[in-house]
This record gives sequence, structure tokens and C-alpha cells, in this order.
Amino acid sequence: MPSRDRIFARIRHNLGRGPVKEDAAKLLKARIEGHVPHTIPKRTDIPHKEQVDLFQAKAEALDATVARLSNLEEVPEALRDYLTAHNLPPRIKMAPDPALDDLPFDKTPMLEITRGAAAPSDEVSLTPAFSGIAETGTLCMASGPDTPSTLNFLPENHVVVIKASQISGTMEESWARLRKKFGAGNLPRTVNFISGPSRTGDIEQTLIMGAHGPRRVHILIVDDGPQD
Amino acid sequence: MQVTSRRFKEGAHDALHDKNIQEAFSKVKSGFPLARAKSASELPEFEGLRDEARDLKNHILENLDYYLEYFEDQVLLQGGRVHWCSSYTEAREVVLHICRDANAKTVTKGKSMITEEMGLNDYLSEHGIEPIETDLGEYIIQLADEHPSHIIAPALHKTKDQVTELFHENHAKYGLNERITDPQALVNEARSVLRDKYVAADVGITGANFLIAETGSTVIVTNEGNGDLTQSLPKTHIAVSSIEKVVPTLEDASLFLRLLARSATGQEMSVYTTLSTGSKRMEDIDGPANFHVVLVDSGRSDLLGSDKQDLLRCLKCGACMNHCPVYQAVGGHTYGWVYPGPIGAALNPHMVGLEEARHLPNASTFCGRCEEVCPVRIPLPKIMRHWREQAFETQITPKPERWGIGVWAYFAKRPKLYRLMTRISARALKLMAGKKGVIRKLPLMKGWSSVRDFPAPEGATFMEQWKKQQREGK
Repeated sequence: MPSRDRIFARIRHNLGRGPVKEDAAKLLKARIEGHVPHTIPKRTDIPHKEQVDLFQAKAEALDATVARLSNLEEVPEALRDYLTAHNLPPRIKMAPDPALDDLPFDKTPMLEITRGAAAPSDEVSLTPAFSGIAETGTLCMASGPDTPSTLNFLPENHVVVIKASQISGTMEESWARLRKKFGAGNLPRTVNFISGPSRTGDIEQTLIMGAHGPRRVHILIVDDGPQD
Repeated sequence: MQVTSRRFKEGAHDALHDKNIQEAFSKVKSGFPLARAKSASELPEFEGLRDEARDLKNHILENLDYYLEYFEDQVLLQGGRVHWCSSYTEAREVVLHICRDANAKTVTKGKSMITEEMGLNDYLSEHGIEPIETDLGEYIIQLADEHPSHIIAPALHKTKDQVTELFHENHAKYGLNERITDPQALVNEARSVLRDKYVAADVGITGANFLIAETGSTVIVTNEGNGDLTQSLPKTHIAVSSIEKVVPTLEDASLFLRLLARSATGQEMSVYTTLSTGSKRMEDIDGPANFHVVLVDSGRSDLLGSDKQDLLRCLKCGACMNHCPVYQAVGGHTYGWVYPGPIGAALNPHMVGLEEARHLPNASTFCGRCEEVCPVRIPLPKIMRHWREQAFETQITPKPERWGIGVWAYFAKRPKLYRLMTRISARALKLMAGKKGVIRKLPLMKGWSSVRDFPAPEGATFMEQWKKQQREGK
């Protein structure tokens, strides 16, 4: 008997039944397609403006840094200031996302911008987030031709642009956004939830930052009005 | 891996006299449990979420075949492949086969307990493929040729000085000859050595914390980011998982994610939670071209419908061992197989046989802290008690122990005789103790009296004192 059959036979034998009956299967299928959430922590049940503040506070508590910008046009200068403050070279690997096409990099002629997936030599990446989760200060990143996921991990410094309207209370709201964009049951190849920079406690239970992923995560929140 | 659970008593004795082990494991109680308590107290919904998680796991287990088939269909739809394996042998062969198809020379690995169970690293090495562990703790113990002593902090038993020596011995071949002692510098060195490995690897192997039926995704949860580099840089990604990890929907995954990191390390979320769905898409410019999910049963399905089915709810958070006084005293390796602590004491007898692991269910004070902190409320003490009963009934318990229990049972079933015997013993022990009120040496109880005095009874039994108090109307 092939292993697949053997495993299913054992499961059913030990549960004392045959394959799930048609009626029961319908209910289980409906449960999967129903996307019913479990209890949602009350802490996120606040106006959107406060959710954005909560997102910032939670992200900072996780050792990410945050800057608030009033529009996308401020991104190049914020980026330049960040690089200068951390003594980083003015070279950026940027996600090839059309949403970043209009950034006015003519304001920062010193910055060298290349676009594409990450290479081991890249020190700083700039990527757009898919959404943000206020509950835990978590970024949600969705992979795609415009948003290669290696940019989230290979460079030591990860700068993320997120619009305030992309931030909502919970992970469940990010699932809803993903379903809206990719269709229920589908996801892009990689969805990364990122809560602060990489860390490890593997040497004598001491917390050390920058284990394998980025040592620094810098989030640029662009205040573009209410939740979309 | 080789099972050494039979040596539990000797192992425990050695561990209690090992300074490094004592230092490392006594630190556990001031770290993880405090962090867990803090984060649990900051989430008012925490206890209710634990009930929901327990009930959801039970629902999944009752319908495991349905959700596994749904998951499989979704993986295939998204361009991945699914391999079903009844045994470790089969799972090892499947992984080797995929690696050979990819012409793999080296494979990077994210942290995975199931591949530890399978003994995958040794198997790949024997067949000419070099496995490289990338989680820092796993990397350290791979260099030391040891096994994990904790399920989320595998190198917990290693001191910083030991790590210094290991890196010094093993990194010279990369031109890194300095003996470094600063923890941050040690992490940096491992980071730079492993960077090249990620890029050069032909295959990346990860485990899975969850399998999501709705989308056919495998999910890993890490703090270092090693799992992500492992699964996104090589051409082939293999996710190895045991079958009970499936959850129906994304919302269901959220429920478990709210509990997992809080229970493990006290974090609200681990740094990276990653969903991998199928292979890279046609237009994608990075990601693996091939995605394989290897599903391993190896004994899980046999727990269904048994008095130990609740074990299959385990999220592998490590909270039970973090809170266990026995684990903190004897360390992880003493348990003699992949899972240490209370979950090991309850699970290993099923996985490696009760005869081999019969000491483990006895390695408990039944203080109940493991069950108190388990995010999915596995009744670990109850399951250990089942094993003890089973060991007695099947005569695995050795004769002197059985005889002792038999004698006790004889009296316990005859209350009058039992009370008479306790009255006599209480008075005899009082006499033995004399004026000091403590007994230095007790026959047959050297284990107790060799390191401390035995406090003597005061002459009357509890029942006598109780009756006296009742009479006096207190």
C-alpha cells in the first residue's frame, strides 16, 4: 500500500470512522471558506489614528526605528538622513515596485539607486510594505515581481515605506487585504511578517541583535489620511 | 538519533554534578518563565485564547484526514509537490532523492525538530551531501556534534567559552583565526560564515510550525531570519513537517500565533513569521523554483483515538520545559531522545517505546506547572500517569518496584491496617530521631538522607491529630 493510503487508513481507523461523510465535508469546506476569526484582542479596537500610533509604539518597542512623513515626496530626504545618521554608504537597492517610481530622488543626487532582487553585497534595501499590524507593530510583506522577498533579509539595513492607510489593527485585517488582492485561497509565494530587526538568544540566553536578517529596520510611515 | 533514555538515572546523576549544566539550566527559570508571565498578563484575552486553541486543535485532530487532503490539493494548485511518508526511513529517502535531483552538494537547514527525529543530517552526510544548520544554536551544536537540549534553544547547555573554542577550531579554515569572546562578535562571525553558505546551497530545508489547508502554505516562525534565507536563496525549498501541524484557515493560524511566541519566549510575535506558498511565480525575480512538502507520520496517527491523543495538540513552544523543576535540574540531554522536559516525558515513550523510556514519566514531581502553562492545555501529568500505569500493567516496571507498589497497595486497600501501620511508623521514627527531631540515615532511603536530614514525625499521624482537633471542637 502506498504511504499516502496507509496514513489515511490509520487516521480513519484510529478515529473509528471511514472518510468524512459528504454532509460533514460540506460543513468543513464552509468553515474553511468562512474565514471566521477567533477572539480579537480589544487593544486594537481604537480609531485608525490611534492604531497608527500604536503601530509605531509597538514597532519601536521591538527595536525598529520609525519616522513619520507627511507625504511620499519626503522619502528620499528621510532616507538620506537615515544613511548619514548611521554612517552608511549612499547606495540603495530598491524594490522595482511602480509605487516607488515617482519618488523624487532628484532631491538627493548623492544617492545611488539600483532596483531588483537583493545581492549579498547590498547594505541597504528600500521596500514598500503590503500592510501593517498595530496590535504588535508588525510589517506584512508580500512577494512578487515588484517586491522580491530577498530584499527583506539579505541587506543589513532594511528601510520600509508604509502608508498610514495600510496600517490596521490586526493580522486578520492583513489576511483580508491579501484575499482582496490575490483572491481567497491564494497567496503570493512568500508572505513575511516582520516584527523588528533580527535577533538571537542562543548564546547563554543573552539577547544579541542582527543574527542573520537585518540588524536595523527603519520604518517610514507616510501619513496619507484614513485607512483605505 | 540514538536513544539513551534508558540511562535516565545515570544521566541525571551526571548532570547534577556537572557545573556547566547546572549553571545553564538554572538560568532558565529566571528567563523564559518571567517573560511569559509578563506577556500573558499584558493580554487580557490570553486565557480565553488558550481554551479556543485547545478546542480548535481537537477539532482539527477529529477531522485530520479532511484537512490534510485539502492542504495537499492547495499545494498542488500552487505549483508545489507533496510527499507522504509513513516512517523516518521513507522521509529520509524522499529528501535525499529530491536533493540528488537538484544535484545538491550542500543544503542549508532551518531549525526543524522533525528532521532531528529523522536523523536527517547524518543520513545526508553519509550519502555525500553536506547539511549546514543555520539557526545559531543548531549551528553551534552541529559543530560540537551534539543534539539539542531544548526545543527552541538547542544550544542552551553550551557556555560562551565553549562557543568561543568551537568557533576557533572550526572557523580557522575561513581565515578567521582570532579567538573571540564577546557574544556580539561571536554572532557576527557566525553570520559572516553562514552568509556564503546560504548563497552556495543548492537546496534549503525548513520545518513547519503550521500547514495552512486554505492556501496550501507552510509557515515558519523564527527570530534570526535564517529560515528565510534558507528557503528563499536556493533553487529548491523542502519543507518537512509532521502531519498534525495542519490548521484550516489563516484566521486559525492567527489564533495559534497569538499564543506561540508568548508561551515560548514572552514575545508578542516572533521577529519573522513566514508563509511559503508553492514555488516562485512565473514573473518573480527571486524565490525557489521548486517547492516540496514532505509530510511525515511516524507514529502520530497511532496517537489518534488513544488516551494520549492530546499530545498531538503540541505547538512545540517549550513552555512546559521552561517551567519544569526536573528539567531545570537535569538538563535536556538526560531525557535521551529529541524531546526533553514534560512533553518528552509524555511523548517519548510512544515514539521510542515504553521499555526504553520508562524512566521518563517518573521524572516528574507532578507539580503541574507544565499543564498550567501549556498554551493548548495538554494534560501532561495525566498522560505521564497513564504511562506509569501502563508500565506497571505490562510488567515493564522492574520486580523490586512492583513488589514495593504491591505491598503499599495491600495496605492502602485496608484502611484500618493502613492507619495502624502509619501510627506505628510515626512513633518508631520519632524514637529514632531522639531529641534532635531529624533522622540522619534511613534504611533504603539513602537517596534522600545522603544529602539532607529527614525531618522526623512528631509522634502522631495526621488522622490522629485531626480527630483530636474535632473532639476539642477547634
